[in-house]
Amino acid sequence: MRQVLETNVVSTQVGNWPAPYGITLVADMFSVLILLSGAIIGFAVYLYSLQGLDVTRRRFGYFPLLLLLQMGVSGVCLTGDLFNLYVWFEVILICCFAMLSLGGTKGQLEGTLKYVTINFIASGLLLTGIGIMYSLYGSLNLAELAVLVRQADHPNLPLLSMASIFFLVGFGIKSGIFPLFFWLPASYHTPPISISAFIAGLITKVGMYTLIRLFTLLFVSNSDFILPLLAVLSGLTMVIGVIGAAAQTDFKKILSFHIISQIGYMLMGLAIYTPLAIAGSIFFIVHNILVKTNLFLISGVVAQRHRTFSLKRLGGVYLLQPTLALLFLLSALSLAGTPPLSGFWGKLMLARAGLEAGKFTLVAVSLCVSLITLFSMTKIWNEVFWKPRPNTYKAETTMTPVNPQRLRMIYLPIVMLLVFILFIGIYASPLIRLSERAAAGLLHIENYTETVLSNKGTEQNRHKAQAHEVTSHP
Amino acid sequence: METLLPIMIGTLFATGLYFILHRHLFKVILGLILFGLATNLFLFVIGGITRGSSAIISEDQKVAAEPYADPVTQALLLTAIVIGFGIQAFAIVLIRRVYQTFKSNNLDELRKENEEHH
Repeated sequence: MRQVLETNVVSTQVGNWPAPYGITLVADMFSVLILLSGAIIGFAVYLYSLQGLDVTRRRFGYFPLLLLLQMGVSGVCLTGDLFNLYVWFEVILICCFAMLSLGGTKGQLEGTLKYVTINFIASGLLLTGIGIMYSLYGSLNLAELAVLVRQADHPNLPLLSMASIFFLVGFGIKSGIFPLFFWLPASYHTPPISISAFIAGLITKVGMYTLIRLFTLLFVSNSDFILPLLAVLSGLTMVIGVIGAAAQTDFKKILSFHIISQIGYMLMGLAIYTPLAIAGSIFFIVHNILVKTNLFLISGVVAQRHRTFSLKRLGGVYLLQPTLALLFLLSALSLAGTPPLSGFWGKLMLARAGLEAGKFTLVAVSLCVSLITLFSMTKIWNEVFWKPRPNTYKAETTMTPVNPQRLRMIYLPIVMLLVFILFIGIYASPLIRLSERAAAGLLHIENYTETVLSNKGTEQNRHKAQAHEVTSHP
Repeated sequence: METLLPIMIGTLFATGLYFILHRHLFKVILGLILFGLATNLFLFVIGGITRGSSAIISEDQKVAAEPYADPVTQALLLTAIVIGFGIQAFAIVLIRRVYQTFKSNNLDELRKENEEHH
């Protein structure tokens, strides 16, 4: 991270093949921010699942899968060419499949079936898009493609638009934007909480990361056509997601629907397409990865003691676990975007950028959606924490006795995440500055392409390798 | 050949999607396999079909003789096929497991039972 701060873009060529031919790994500000927040929640989920997950699932390879998933996410963030992007996405997917079905309860199997089918189609479309890009420009390296797209005088603009639509649909399915989100609430609420917290917190945002990366890098030339489409999609995603959330009566399902409406906000930044808007998107992604995971973990703690996620059966948690209630309240408020907390800054940046760009409808929609988000969070608060415990279920929801040592281990990651959330909420300016730099890096790609294509370091490495060979074989 | 292949790819995509939308699990597997085939074939055709030599450079030349098949797409295709196999294998195991747990290979019944379960 420090190196990226100094030089903006760091790249390495795997196997020392020069840039457009070999496999490139690139890190710039944007990918580093996503990687860092991914690592933070990975650590938190790891801590949580030490105590919060049953022993059988842990025995059947939960932790290796978690780490593999983390590896896939890092791969997606760091990769420098299109085909490797696809490969890393498959790494993520296969781990997600395995984690979603781990344990094999009925609901999980059904959810996984939907997830596998829809994601298989998404990968197929993605591959088709990659094929079109290769046939158009004869290259897969992102940096070289970016240069080529900007150079060409577009005899094949329709084909480029077609490729961009393939990518939009492919990643749209993975990140759950408007007409393609239906699998998400159907499968995310089924597995045990530590699994769905990680997947829900990170994977859709990785889809969003690639969307922003590709659309700033490759598909800029046909922006007259794609940006209004994105704007409409983002508005619909927000509205449908939040309405879905307001209609649910299950703790986990409300949170799953909220993912969709928040994806809408991230897409909004991309649709407005000014430096401030994209910075807002990046800030929002980082904030959302942290907050979403934390909310899922809290719902897991509630469910672990009361053995249900249904809002009707829960109640009175405030009296039983006041600390937990406070933790939930802070995270929920920052998700809804109340002023001093982190969600507010992201939304403020997005709204300001929208007003500056004159997209008043989109801004109005986003503000209304914020209000409804607040409403549905209040609903959870009322039902789960505030309302007295329902008498009818009292007998069957006797609290499971928990020893204090274990409880402390479960609270630890939640508190840790909350500290991060509060930090980026109250002391927001460093992260805002970082995301502005990331956005600037995305919009001015010269630095990116130069670093990748000039093969800085490659030559030196080769000399070093040769020297090493000479010395090692006297 | 050039006209036949796109038609075949289109047919494969269509049948694949049709089978995926089917409610019988076995046909869903078939659909996934056909869909994967269609994408792979598309990737193959996109590299340009050349009726010529392979891209092997003979000793006295610096570059390969001109009409040669693009090796990059073939390499990509190889990777894509392997990945596709992996996911298809996982899907088959998963569907078998679903069949074992639910004692049915009909997606509608699956949902019904799940709702009762809740």
